[in-house]
Amino acid sequence: MAKPPVPIPELNARFGPHLNYLPPGGWQDEAHSAPDRLVKTHCCFCGQQCGIQLKVRDNRVVGFEPWEDFPFNRGMLCPKGVKRYLQGNHPDRLLDPLLRTPEGFRAAEWDEALDFTARRLRELQQQYGRDSVAVYGGASLTTEKAYLLGKFARVALGTRHIDYNGRLCMVSAGVAYKGALGVDRAPNPWSDIPKAEVVMAIGANIGECAPITTDYVWRARDNGARLIVADPRFTPIARNADLFLPVRPGTDLALLMAMLHVIIRDRLTDDAFIAAHTTGFEKTAESVAWWDPRRAAEVTGVAPEAIERAAHWIGESRRAMLMHARGLEHQSKGVENCEAVVAIALATGNIGREGAGCVMITGQGNGQGGREHGQKCDQLPGQRSLTDPAAREHVARVWGIDPGDLPQPGYSAVEIMNAIHAGEIKGLLSICFNPLVSLPDANFTREALNKLEFFGVIDFFLSETAHHADVVLAGSLQEEEEGVTASMEGRVIHIQKAVEPPGNARADSAIICGLARRLGRGEFFPFREPREIFEELRLASRGGIADYYGITYEKIDAQKGVFWPCPSLDHPGTPRLFEGGRFYHADGKARFMKLEWRPSGDPVDGAFPIYLTTGRVVSQYLSGAQTRRIGALVDQYPEPRLEIHPQLAGRYGIRTGDWVTITTRRSAITLQASVVKTIRPDTVFIPYHWPGDRSANRLTHRTLDPRSRIPEYKVSACRLERAAAPVTAAAEPIAAPGGRR
Amino acid sequence: MFGYEFYVDPSRCIGCQSCLKACEECDTHRGVSMIHFDFVDRGETIATAAYVCWHCDNPTCAQVCPADAIKKYEDGIVGSSLKPRCIACSNCVLACPFGIPKLIPENEQMMKCDMCYDRTSVGKRPMCATVCPSQALAYVTPETIAGRREKPVNVFRFGSQTVTTKVYMMAPATAPEVAIDVADYTWEGEREVVPQAF
Repeated sequence: MAKPPVPIPELNARFGPHLNYLPPGGWQDEAHSAPDRLVKTHCCFCGQQCGIQLKVRDNRVVGFEPWEDFPFNRGMLCPKGVKRYLQGNHPDRLLDPLLRTPEGFRAAEWDEALDFTARRLRELQQQYGRDSVAVYGGASLTTEKAYLLGKFARVALGTRHIDYNGRLCMVSAGVAYKGALGVDRAPNPWSDIPKAEVVMAIGANIGECAPITTDYVWRARDNGARLIVADPRFTPIARNADLFLPVRPGTDLALLMAMLHVIIRDRLTDDAFIAAHTTGFEKTAESVAWWDPRRAAEVTGVAPEAIERAAHWIGESRRAMLMHARGLEHQSKGVENCEAVVAIALATGNIGREGAGCVMITGQGNGQGGREHGQKCDQLPGQRSLTDPAAREHVARVWGIDPGDLPQPGYSAVEIMNAIHAGEIKGLLSICFNPLVSLPDANFTREALNKLEFFGVIDFFLSETAHHADVVLAGSLQEEEEGVTASMEGRVIHIQKAVEPPGNARADSAIICGLARRLGRGEFFPFREPREIFEELRLASRGGIADYYGITYEKIDAQKGVFWPCPSLDHPGTPRLFEGGRFYHADGKARFMKLEWRPSGDPVDGAFPIYLTTGRVVSQYLSGAQTRRIGALVDQYPEPRLEIHPQLAGRYGIRTGDWVTITTRRSAITLQASVVKTIRPDTVFIPYHWPGDRSANRLTHRTLDPRSRIPEYKVSACRLERAAAPVTAAAEPIAAPGGRR
Repeated sequence: MFGYEFYVDPSRCIGCQSCLKACEECDTHRGVSMIHFDFVDRGETIATAAYVCWHCDNPTCAQVCPADAIKKYEDGIVGSSLKPRCIACSNCVLACPFGIPKLIPENEQMMKCDMCYDRTSVGKRPMCATVCPSQALAYVTPETIAGRREKPVNVFRFGSQTVTTKVYMMAPATAPEVAIDVADYTWEGEREVVPQAF
């Protein structure tokens, strides 16, 4: 049973999170020693993948210098990018493989750890069947690692069950775009944003979650564009919105359908475009016929006049851009939400041109590239379908196996955890994923982890999830292995290896290949370096939707990125999709979809009368496994706070700094309140980066979108009570070093 | 850098504090940030402001310094105090109309933004303006800034004192009142539509 071997405080004392403030050698040492070299690479965090130069001295990353020539961010960085360099020389860094003993974790030799991992995985498969073990991957991995992990699950382990934490990111948009447009990628390069006349950001806290994108939006405004922001909170970019739509959590679809209703009613549609380049318009038109702005106002809490105005601004423009992110996607109707955005773009002909289009703002570092090449439960490399016989044939040939030996699609990320809880899956190998913090309903996740008969983790820090591991294989940071990622623009970029992994830590791809050899499948994993993996990936993706065949490391360096698809070596890449109205379906036409309203999976009622929504803050990233270890970032926002409007707070007598217990149908946590007028009075907000008794995901629920299988993080029902300050040691109000308590 | 000027535009600021973090990475004052950053009034608004030293044409800080420790260079940049001269008296801290100089007790010295003199003097942009994701802090040419909505001003009035500065503040061409309470925008029924939103 994979329970933490010793109490969590003991694990925290040894493995952190501890706070690192200083570059190697301290501030003064650094000032007097020049770096050996500057390495032009990219930030390890979000989907913007900003260019950055890492200062390297004595095989250590000691600082950074802006990279002003990289076209996307031109030197700009958010605070996470500025301080990212503090991870490599961090005291919490795992320098040896760890094996769990009754007394805690002990350092082990690589042979012992890898032999043990391979033996336990095989034993479980022999006892319970191939599909009794599952693999978790992550969207911070380079594309080479993601590709390798998919091949590892299907060829070395032969299990159906591999999925990744990108399942918690933009998969709703992926399903919607694939279905409507034939391809899962933001259709426009970001350089189109300043060319737009109207920019609408819906469910996208751009200022905090995609900070550099703010500059693109502000430049659009400089050029005269009008900005529409739809969000339950007055986010930083809402400050300059020309129209702010305070949409109630989980009701975006009603807002979008009403906008479409107005566009059709007032004949703002581009009928020639619809006729020439789309099918199914009648289906969508019928779906929105009932949704006049007055009805939508009742549901969304957005005034009818504001809905009319937003619809007119977009419908009357020939250069409108709609941008959306997790706010739309983290709902049980996340796919429909995104289909509605696409439908507005298609109906008004705002797609496939400079300054016109709809774009998803992918959140994770390699959220785009990590979902294209085979660590998704239903996909093969090149964004190919695992159920398509031709795709299976192609990939099996590249891999040198029989197509019949390729497993069929397995469970998605949340479903894998459900199957572990149900006892169907007995073993798990996880890399780049901290599900105890990031999956919804964290108490359920902990119960599930405790039931695993074997749990292996590849990671560079001991995450909260890894507390439950039988073995932890000390892996590599982003800057310790070469590879590529694809940014949210679909721009494939080159991650440089700046330093060797420290101590006895190893490159992730070497660990995975080492496991494959021990599983008796080494012949399929002969890779000595990432470049060899990339060469195979080029072939595996060739002819697919996400075709990387024409991309090489050298071409990426020369062009400062290559937008896929890039089918041949002389092809420059494809910054903008759908030019000339050519979409990626076989008939070249885009699809309008039937849109259907459904209530949230965790409805507000008399007992739980308040909406709870979750999200991020600018100084932390995802589950915080990395950013809760960086001092300057923890200081900026040390503890999660409950954002609450004064009208609602007044009803409970809550003032800023008061402790409040937030209870949902799953669990309760107690946090300090921040009383602000920047949120709807019927809604409270908690950022989700923290574990344990401060974990927003103890409160969220496991309802999934039926198609994308994304959890409904953005809508829960809760009740509030004022509480006394927690007095137990485990609930010290101020974070101990490392943002823990 | 020749032809480049520093512009501060609080209306663009998203409160990310990247400037604050990047400033301490600058080689002349490692580990000490010279950026001033504030939430204006978090209960009322998301508005934030980050700013640097304004580098006055006739710097008050230097005028009031009894030790002649604050120098204005030929290019108009006003430096931090000179360590051997500064007596940590705080005259400059009290006198500066913008509230910029900081007394660093550990160093017994006043330190403030010197516009990354180690960088700007060798053709690099200042650290804060280079990384700023919203370009609320920008180090660009006047031609570039002319393309913005807001207009640069560098004359400030503090009672009877008029101060002209090297750094520009971006000010709106017109200054409409902006509603900042979400409740002003929400719709709860026919009678409650609030006009600010439209």
